[in-house]
Amino acid sequence: MPIVSYKEKLVNSLKPVIDVVISGWGSYIPIYRISVEEIARIWGKSPKHFREELLIDEKAVAGLDEDVATISVESAKNAIQRAGLNPKQLGAVFVGTESKPYAVKPTGTIVAEAIGATPRILSADFEFACKAGTECLQCCVALVGSGMINYGLAIGADTAQGAPSDPLEYSAGCGGTALIVGRKTHEKEPVALLEGSVSYVTDTPDFWRRPKRDYPSHAEAFTGEPAYFNHVISATKLLMEELSLKPSDFQYVVFHQPNGKFPLKAAKLLGFKKEQVEPGLLVPYIGNLYAGSSLTGLSAILDIARPGDRVLLTSFGSGAGSDSFSFVVQDGIISKRDRAPKVMDYIKRKRNIDYALYCKFRRKIVF
Amino acid sequence: MSVPRYWREIPQRTRLEGQKCGCCGTVNYPPRARCLKCGSTSLEQYRLPEKGSLISFTIVRNPPLGFERNAPYALGLIELEDGTRITAQITDVELDDLRIGMPVESVFRKVSEDGDAGIIRYAIKFRPTFCNP
Amino acid sequence: MRKVAIISYGLTKVDKHWNKSLRELFGEAAKKALNEIEIPSIDAIIVGNMCASDLSDQNNIGSILADYIGAIPTTAYRVESACGSGGAALLSGFTSVASGMFDIVMVGGVEKLTDGIGKETTYSLGKAADAEYELFYGSSFVSLNALMMNRYMHVYKTPREAFADFAVLMHKNGAKNPYAQLPFEISRETVLNSETIADPIKLYDCAPVGDGAAVVILCPLEDAPKYSDTFVEICGISGATDTINVSSREDLLSLKSTVTAGMKAYKMAKMSPADIDVAEIHDTFTIMAALSLEDLGFAEKGKFDKMMNEGTFEPGGIVSVNPSGGLKSRGHPVGATGIYQAAEISMQLMERADKMQVPNAEVGLIQNIGGSGSNTYVAIMRRCR
Repeated sequence: MPIVSYKEKLVNSLKPVIDVVISGWGSYIPIYRISVEEIARIWGKSPKHFREELLIDEKAVAGLDEDVATISVESAKNAIQRAGLNPKQLGAVFVGTESKPYAVKPTGTIVAEAIGATPRILSADFEFACKAGTECLQCCVALVGSGMINYGLAIGADTAQGAPSDPLEYSAGCGGTALIVGRKTHEKEPVALLEGSVSYVTDTPDFWRRPKRDYPSHAEAFTGEPAYFNHVISATKLLMEELSLKPSDFQYVVFHQPNGKFPLKAAKLLGFKKEQVEPGLLVPYIGNLYAGSSLTGLSAILDIARPGDRVLLTSFGSGAGSDSFSFVVQDGIISKRDRAPKVMDYIKRKRNIDYALYCKFRRKIVF
Repeated sequence: MSVPRYWREIPQRTRLEGQKCGCCGTVNYPPRARCLKCGSTSLEQYRLPEKGSLISFTIVRNPPLGFERNAPYALGLIELEDGTRITAQITDVELDDLRIGMPVESVFRKVSEDGDAGIIRYAIKFRPTFCNP
Repeated sequence: MRKVAIISYGLTKVDKHWNKSLRELFGEAAKKALNEIEIPSIDAIIVGNMCASDLSDQNNIGSILADYIGAIPTTAYRVESACGSGGAALLSGFTSVASGMFDIVMVGGVEKLTDGIGKETTYSLGKAADAEYELFYGSSFVSLNALMMNRYMHVYKTPREAFADFAVLMHKNGAKNPYAQLPFEISRETVLNSETIADPIKLYDCAPVGDGAAVVILCPLEDAPKYSDTFVEICGISGATDTINVSSREDLLSLKSTVTAGMKAYKMAKMSPADIDVAEIHDTFTIMAALSLEDLGFAEKGKFDKMMNEGTFEPGGIVSVNPSGGLKSRGHPVGATGIYQAAEISMQLMERADKMQVPNAEVGLIQNIGGSGSNTYVAIMRRCR
């Protein structure tokens, strides 16, 4: 049972002093895919469990010339295109990831320079496993909402590696999403209004990676109830309670997607319907994008949502924690939607590869 | 490649920043001290377009030092929408599908790195235009 | 301006000279050139070389070689123009004699490509291209030429075989050249079945990697009879540049540097392409040969294959092209190639070319390119009786 103490309600939901809206959004998914069949073939396993129970068909694989910086740059450019901004208007560029190109040197500066946002910019990389992207979002909301900056760019992107033959190898995918948030009063074509958010965090070591290891370790079944479900459900329940909302108030709900099973189960436990979850459920086609996962689900929803729709977003990051947000879609979404490629455009652009090319691209071949 | 040499050309190689001659209108990319065409020094900063078409290509099968991991890869000559021509790698493409005349668009990608301890070098490459929103 | 003659030449065989150093190769060529003639002194030594700094860890080549051939205190220096270093040295030497500054000048070229191993050598050679905007992206030197070849074939619909046939012609000529690195005949199939290096360029479209040295001795034309029975006059010479980047060229399928250098050399010599009996042109790759022949005025643009079919360039044809076997068969010791060309044309005009001799060769032309066409030197020489 999820551990949610209603008596712990000492703070209200995180609401900025100034109303914050989403001004733009954009994603990027690499062209390459590897199917669960192809991975299973190498390790002598049956793909059935992955396809039918975990609902993963294939995952996106970063090419040899791609990394979190390149994924972030394209996502950011798409978001800027939709927002209709000059990059110099951005006050912050944050990148959330667990597969940084450099252990020490911020990806944020590489992105900020490539998009032309430097030098009057705040920038850093965030790590909180799969919720690093929504961490960036929280901080951008805070900077905009306090009046410190006009626009903030929050990116969640990953090129996570699954250890060979480990179950996570079947789902660890690559891709990312960028969101630009700004002040409601400044925005002529707002995309979505942020109603409020909740962050719910505990020290729960369900999945981790020590510095000298190439691949993460995890506590298998422990990653379920005490980790994913506790935090996702607690954060979401607290958000709905504090905003006085119920599941039927939402058109769409996006949860972090380590596989297809967990978000559908969380939805059921919280009282949401399958139809609210499915439009944002991308993991069957591209795998788990880690820090890009829930944000990319949100991006796919923004690609189709109508003004007035309410959207719930709850991320999950191992270690562990969840950020839960409620957005109400605004009129600006109509004119902005077609300014950049949609998530489905990237999903449809695909080329399947075999395990040998997968090893070459993911640099598993020692030179 | 030295760190300063990489860093200096970041605007040119990742944002396609060149120059336009205030005198004769010629685009100078890479940038120059004096215009290639008329020798004028009144050169203004100019951002090259992001789309164009492939006017020639080759497939590098014997890569130079530092590019061994990447073979085979495609190198192309691209004519951008404003007529400027540029050399760059072509990515996200099946090598057999390369055609002169193919529409291409710029993308920010990794080009090379100095082993696993040195810096990573990024620049613009081109891929087949996939979506015209 | 004084008229200038070549009174003597010396060359080594082009080969992978594992047991000869840069200095030894140059010494061999210099001794051969000096043995032919009796001169009071050498007033200057100008040497072309591209890769010694990278592959032999050696700069200050002028001093090294002046020392080695016992010529100190003569002034000596290197000129560098990538694979056009030889041509640059010749232009430099010509200028120093024509101006009256020096009387007897030794102009040479030397290259030790085998001091580097495989990729080190091609990396060094690659530096002829733009380090920041071509090499940075992983272009090899071959790939830049492949871009031109692919475009040429697309625009002019030239069959692949035409290029193969040029390589075949080079080997046919080179088989008669005792100095050639690859003195054997090949077939069209050899070329077409050889390994693809960078599509569409195959191994047999490319000049081989080798070492060599060549030297010519220049002096004022009026003094030449004093030193030698046989000599030739350099009656036209020039150099010109084009953009370093292939992508920036005004016309991707024309080497403007060759057109310009050629025009200036023809003008100086008061001649036209029709006057040229024999030419040594710069065929690093078969595509370079096609572009060079067209840009020197020996073929109309895009008509390279037609002229090949008509035998225009065969020995004894309208213009005998590369009777030495060219870069493809004689070889391409990069910084020395331009001087090899000068020596080979001198041989032809002095009627000392033996099995390679083109009958009635009165006027010869050399064309030496640096980089992918960014720099060309053209010289026209005429027989003197």
